[in-house]
Amino acid sequence: MSGFFKGLLRFRRSAWEMLATILIALGVFMLMQPFWMVAFTYSFIVTLVGTVMFIIVSHFPE
Amino acid sequence: MSASPIDRAAQATPKGLARRIRGLSDRAIAWLFVGPSIVLLLAVNIFPLIWTINLSFTNFKANRLREAKFIGLRNYERILTDTDTWNSMQATAHFLFWTIFFQVLIGFTLAYLINKKFKGNDMWTTIIVLPMMLSPAVVGNFWTFLYQPQIGLFNYVIEFFTGVDSSSFSMIGDVNLAPWSIVIVDTWMWTPFVMLICLAGLRSIPDSIYEAAECDRASKWRQFWTLTIPMALPFLMLAVLFRGIENFKMFDLVVQLTGGGPGSLTTLTSIDLKREAFEKWRTGYASAYAVILFVTVFGLASIYVKALNKVKER
Repeated sequence: MSGFFKGLLRFRRSAWEMLATILIALGVFMLMQPFWMVAFTYSFIVTLVGTVMFIIVSHFPE
Repeated sequence: MSASPIDRAAQATPKGLARRIRGLSDRAIAWLFVGPSIVLLLAVNIFPLIWTINLSFTNFKANRLREAKFIGLRNYERILTDTDTWNSMQATAHFLFWTIFFQVLIGFTLAYLINKKFKGNDMWTTIIVLPMMLSPAVVGNFWTFLYQPQIGLFNYVIEFFTGVDSSSFSMIGDVNLAPWSIVIVDTWMWTPFVMLICLAGLRSIPDSIYEAAECDRASKWRQFWTLTIPMALPFLMLAVLFRGIENFKMFDLVVQLTGGGPGSLTTLTSIDLKREAFEKWRTGYASAYAVILFVTVFGLASIYVKALNKVKER
């Protein structure tokens, strides 16, 4: 876990890609879940942030 | 000796033009060939995408002559607070999850069986692949007949196996059964596609690996879990990616089968989007809807392709 945070601070690709992946997965879950309307409302912004982050961080060094 | 077509073409080229072409670098010639494809891509894919994003911030209606007014994020706000849109997202999630689950399960099992050497192997492959070759509109139409409570074959088959009266239930009309009716038809139609991809994966595994495993006295069960599954996994993942993207935009089959009903129980996002765009003519709203779906599919496909590359590297 500490390696993940160190990676984030040093702008390492794997750590940031992991964060972007978590955001996208969370956003898609929020979009399609049947439990909470508020989660549905904020799902798009979470997915969008994750997707844009994924595109940007895929150019970071390994 | 007669001149070749290339020589004849070179001779026929006007001298001025020939001099100019001769002066081009390899890179320039490469651009000359790739250029038309790039222009086409920009015109057909990139420009409509940018235009859609632009329209999503307006109240544009394609059937009205009045000028579009910039309304900021109001379309997105409306979509993301609309319970009907939320319901269609849930219907899509149900459809996506179960179709992919059944298609992968049955498709892989069929591929595993077809991969065994037996008489009539090719004939069975052809028979299994048949549903995939039909048009979705045709499949939707004839499955509506199969699902008919009075005359439909499907209900009689269920009666034969379970004893439930065939006219006592309607697959398309019942609120509990309608979401499953579209899952069954899509699974019936597209399982062969998954089977073909899995078959390609299974046939790419060399026999020598199994022979080495036999020498090490690995059981069939162990061979399946430690050799077959890991080596066929990239192909399986590819099948899931293809079917996931395809089913996210599923339209024709469901429209022919249920028309989105009963109520709006089988109204998938693509059907909802089409109604907004071409029945209610809320073009700006529909554009925002399309952008939301695009970002979702793009984000999912990105992480999926990354996972696929990792599996391939192993």
